Amino acid sequence: MLRFRMPSAACELPFLSLVPLALAADTSAPIRMKKAAIMKRLLSTFALAGAMGLCAFGAQAATKLEQVKSKGFVQCGVSQGLPGFSNPNDKGEWSGLDVEFCRAVAAAIFGDPTKVKFTPLSAKDRFTALQSGDIDVLSRNTTWTITRDTSLGLNFTGVTYYDGQGFMIRKDKKVNSALELSGASVCTQTGTTTEQNLADFFRANNMTYEVIAFATNDEVVKAYDAGRCDVLTTDRSGLAGERLKLTNPDDHIVLPEIISKEPLGPVVAHGDDQWFDIVKWVLNAQLIAEELGVTSQNVDEQVKSATNPEIKRLVGTEGKYGEGLGLGNDWGYLIIKNVGNYGEMYDRTVGPDTPLKLSRGLNALWNKGGIQYGMPIR
Amino acid sequence: MSMTFDDGTFIRNEMAPALPPPTQRIGAVAWMRENLFSGVLNTTLTVLGILLVAWVVPPFIRFMFLDAVWTGENREACLGPQVGACWPFIHAKFGQLIYGFYPIAERWRVDIVFAAGVLLLVPLLVPSLPFKRLTSFLFFVVYPVVAFVLLTGGNIDASAFLLERFGLIGSFVGDAAIGGINLVFWVDYVLTALLAIVAMGGLIALLGGSGRSAALSTFWVFLALGLVIFAWDVDVGLEYVETRQWGGLLVTLVIAVTGIVASLPLGIVLALGRRSQMPIVRLLSVIFIEFWRGVPLITVLFFATYMLPLFLPQGANPDALLRALVGVALFSAAYMAEVVRGGLQAIPKGQYEGAMAMGLTWSQMMRLIILPQALTLVIPGIVNSFISLFKDTTLVLIVSIFDFLGQLRASFTDPNWATPVTLYTGFAFAGVVYFLFCFGMSRYSLFVERRLNTSHRH
Amino acid sequence: MTDLAGPVGGRAKTSFINDPKVRSIGLQLIALVVVVFLGWSFAENARDNLAAQKIATGFGFLDNTSGFGINQTLIPYSETSTYGRAFFVGLLNTILVAVVGIILATIIGFLVGIGRLSKNFVVRTISTVYVEVLRNLPPLFQILFWYLAVLSAMPSPRQSISLFGEVFISNRGIILPRPLFGEGAGIVVWAIGLAVLLVILFRHWSASRQEETGRRLPVLWINLGLLIGLPLVAMIVTGFPISFETPELKGFNFVGGVQVIPEFVALTVALATYTAAFIAENVRSGIQSVSHGQSEAAHSLGLRNGQTLRLVIIPQAMRVIIPPLTSQYLNLTKNSSLAVGIGYPDLVAVFAGTALNQTGQAIEIIAITMGVYLLLSIITATIMNAYNRRVALVER
Repeated sequence: MLRFRMPSAACELPFLSLVPLALAADTSAPIRMKKAAIMKRLLSTFALAGAMGLCAFGAQAATKLEQVKSKGFVQCGVSQGLPGFSNPNDKGEWSGLDVEFCRAVAAAIFGDPTKVKFTPLSAKDRFTALQSGDIDVLSRNTTWTITRDTSLGLNFTGVTYYDGQGFMIRKDKKVNSALELSGASVCTQTGTTTEQNLADFFRANNMTYEVIAFATNDEVVKAYDAGRCDVLTTDRSGLAGERLKLTNPDDHIVLPEIISKEPLGPVVAHGDDQWFDIVKWVLNAQLIAEELGVTSQNVDEQVKSATNPEIKRLVGTEGKYGEGLGLGNDWGYLIIKNVGNYGEMYDRTVGPDTPLKLSRGLNALWNKGGIQYGMPIR
Repeated sequence: MSMTFDDGTFIRNEMAPALPPPTQRIGAVAWMRENLFSGVLNTTLTVLGILLVAWVVPPFIRFMFLDAVWTGENREACLGPQVGACWPFIHAKFGQLIYGFYPIAERWRVDIVFAAGVLLLVPLLVPSLPFKRLTSFLFFVVYPVVAFVLLTGGNIDASAFLLERFGLIGSFVGDAAIGGINLVFWVDYVLTALLAIVAMGGLIALLGGSGRSAALSTFWVFLALGLVIFAWDVDVGLEYVETRQWGGLLVTLVIAVTGIVASLPLGIVLALGRRSQMPIVRLLSVIFIEFWRGVPLITVLFFATYMLPLFLPQGANPDALLRALVGVALFSAAYMAEVVRGGLQAIPKGQYEGAMAMGLTWSQMMRLIILPQALTLVIPGIVNSFISLFKDTTLVLIVSIFDFLGQLRASFTDPNWATPVTLYTGFAFAGVVYFLFCFGMSRYSLFVERRLNTSHRH
Repeated sequence: MTDLAGPVGGRAKTSFINDPKVRSIGLQLIALVVVVFLGWSFAENARDNLAAQKIATGFGFLDNTSGFGINQTLIPYSETSTYGRAFFVGLLNTILVAVVGIILATIIGFLVGIGRLSKNFVVRTISTVYVEVLRNLPPLFQILFWYLAVLSAMPSPRQSISLFGEVFISNRGIILPRPLFGEGAGIVVWAIGLAVLLVILFRHWSASRQEETGRRLPVLWINLGLLIGLPLVAMIVTGFPISFETPELKGFNFVGGVQVIPEFVALTVALATYTAAFIAENVRSGIQSVSHGQSEAAHSLGLRNGQTLRLVIIPQAMRVIIPPLTSQYLNLTKNSSLAVGIGYPDLVAVFAGTALNQTGQAIEIIAITMGVYLLLSIITATIMNAYNRRVALVER
């Protein structure tokens, strides 16, 4: 028999065991194999590659609601950190308007707002994550546009926050209007509509500017804070959130001009209308509840003593409206009991008493000067 | 007998004690004269150098230690006129810097993976410890499989194998599953394996080769693959943690280690391809290697993030981390191929000729004679590639994967810790961490190099 | 007699798949088929995916209006320019960083590399620490450090540091006076060109003269005189047509002058110092590869330390230094793509970043970007190889 002694140093040193693996996934004794060695190994390697290529791991078909119920939680796509909307603290606990909305969906299904898991997503990743079914709901300050609604295989379920692009500037620059910004350096995030709105605005008003575009939001904020630019532009809600990340938030103001429409809302994937309905009606129930004055504080009382038929339909003491959604009839009660109505949710996360200090504005109810309008439960 | 002379001359009869050497030639002063102040230029340089040190070092030490804040709950502790590093900030963010958004209750799994990695690496890296083959098998084969299960939670949805694609099986087995194991899949897998084994054996036998050994090696391939899939498929009762929740040092290490482990076999194949006699194989290898070496890693990551999904069948959406891993593996494989090629070229021709004269086949020659020697020679090169890969992992933050540096930068924007020194503290901490890793590895590479050098001189 | 039949019988028994030629052809065919199949299925998938996502194909988008601004443009560009123009703006910005970075890195690298071998303990230690620290920190980390940490220490434009009232340093970058070319400026430019030409010719002539006669002319002084004197004479003759526009603070920013943006400074400094650490190591090993006898011989000929280094050691060390130097230059060029991390508008940030996000045409854009880097790599490698051939040791 032929036997080769390998140099002893070689035996002692790492990475060696990989060699046979690399040449062929084959563990049989080397000397026995004499014939057709290369051809055979090559073929078997291809079999392996082919098997790996075709072997796919996918989910079984079932309705989204069944899937969610069987896994026991709602998987919700959120941002990688935007104060007021979706932001993790040091311990990784999430809070914000978008986060609360996901909790409301979980409450409607499970009666438990904690049965939700959050997936932090980048702006680019968010739609693919929804399309591939990695997440059940996308609640990540996403602007409702026709392209997204029609050609990406998505459905927007409503508007949780009516927003628009604005500008933030240092107070000591003594600027009161965006029309005084000629010659300013503007920090913005690249690859967003923000960048194009900005160019349009300055061109329309015959002003010059210098744009400094960064790949991520954190970079934009850090550069603005370092004084690299005079103005930071993004959605106004975003501005309020980003302001908190600055070293001295009180040194900065948001200018009054709004240069674009940005209706932000939750999104689901095409192809499951029941799930679409559930997410859509969770928001509507919260809006109705605010309109009717039903809050998490008084909802138990309303269940017992309410006479208003609208309230009775909302909390499930009259009619069987939950059935149409595939949920229990107390679905509305569960949302309001566990998370609260839209106003409560708003005040807790972004409202005037929070660090973001965003007044309701457009987001007030339709009968209070805003445009938030809950569809009737009937 | 006296040695004195009458004429008054005197001859000393013992040696005079040696005078001390002139102070100009030895001692600290002389050393300084020789080394520091031997000329105008040298003196200027010395003075400038000392000034530089005086300008850099004391403020650095003051910032890192003397003026540093060591305890505190939030930014209040670190606001002040003369404040150094704000270490409570690092303390508060430490969990996120190491694990990212990995659920706190599940972090023990990451700890086990880290600990197991260290436990396996130490015997692998210290040359005097025994059982190299066993530990390297454990580290390169078993460890990745186990680490995958621990980190993700395992229990993947194995739903269809080859035959199922053609709609052949599902109908009569149904949807049954035991302990997370999908029966359809496994019936499918076993049938596919049997078919493949028979087909392979038959084909090779038909062509005149040894059908038996072909069938046997196909069997081994399917068995190994099956074991891996089984380990990933079985429900071990761990919660599923998706890769989007990973972050920090965990992601940095996952990318670096996966990159190096995957690039090594690929790099060896490419290096062999580039040195092959066959023109098409050689050409393909050269194109592959030079292409990836010619483009920056960041474009490779853009390629993996935006272009790769377009090249895959519709509906196949590999997650972001996996896509980045594919990009990093291809990229580092090209560099690894060049490192390995260097080793192959260093093997004297006599080794090849000797092996061939012994009647070894090409693969036996490579596996038993050439590669063991060549790879041993290039271990420093491999470690150096690992260092640059480790440094390059920072680039994934540009495609929104939060590695150590990305997580650090995200933590800069936390309003709770917004102080003038937060930024510098973060950079100081990250700098120390990266330096320790890279410097440690480069020392190891030097150590191996020296060891190899002596063994060559004997 | 049976032995004679051996080979024939043997050949008959051995299967043709054991024939090396057949095997090699078979293997190559399989490799080719696999590559073609992969390419074909990628193309098929890409076609389906693009159709499903309603993404346009082709290079027509290069003629569309880009609609975004860029803050450093070496050629005229505005929001109404095309994507094609944005591409060239990004490319030129990449080349600018690469060229400036390479020059800086070479200078620092040689100084530090020589410093590592210095007899001076202080210089040696500082050089060693420099190399070890900078080599072992990720380049992106260093870029972010230079950008964020150094930038936030800079004053705002109003409090900018002013040098002679002409140059201003602030967190908006470095603002330099802009030269304005009046009538007759062309003559001055020609004079500068002529001076450069004369300097090159004079160097050649004095070198050959030195070879013949052994006498050295004061080349440096004569050259300096030429370089300064000729343009000066031209300026006087034409009546100083070149004036400088001093930047002024108006509103938010400086108006007038040339602005060197901080992104450029941070990126160039970080890349140059990082790459210099590697170049220093190449220089050190190059110098160490020159036999000690060479410097002893040079000293015994009466050459001073500086002369020994410049005339004897470095020319020989260059042969060892050039090949790794080439790959360091390539690395620097490729690392310039990290610009995207700090918002410097290089090729990747402008084209593979903004333009890609706006058009969604990933395949075309990434292919173009990768192609450009490949081309840059090939060009750099070709130039350095040509140089390498010139300095390589010519053996018998």
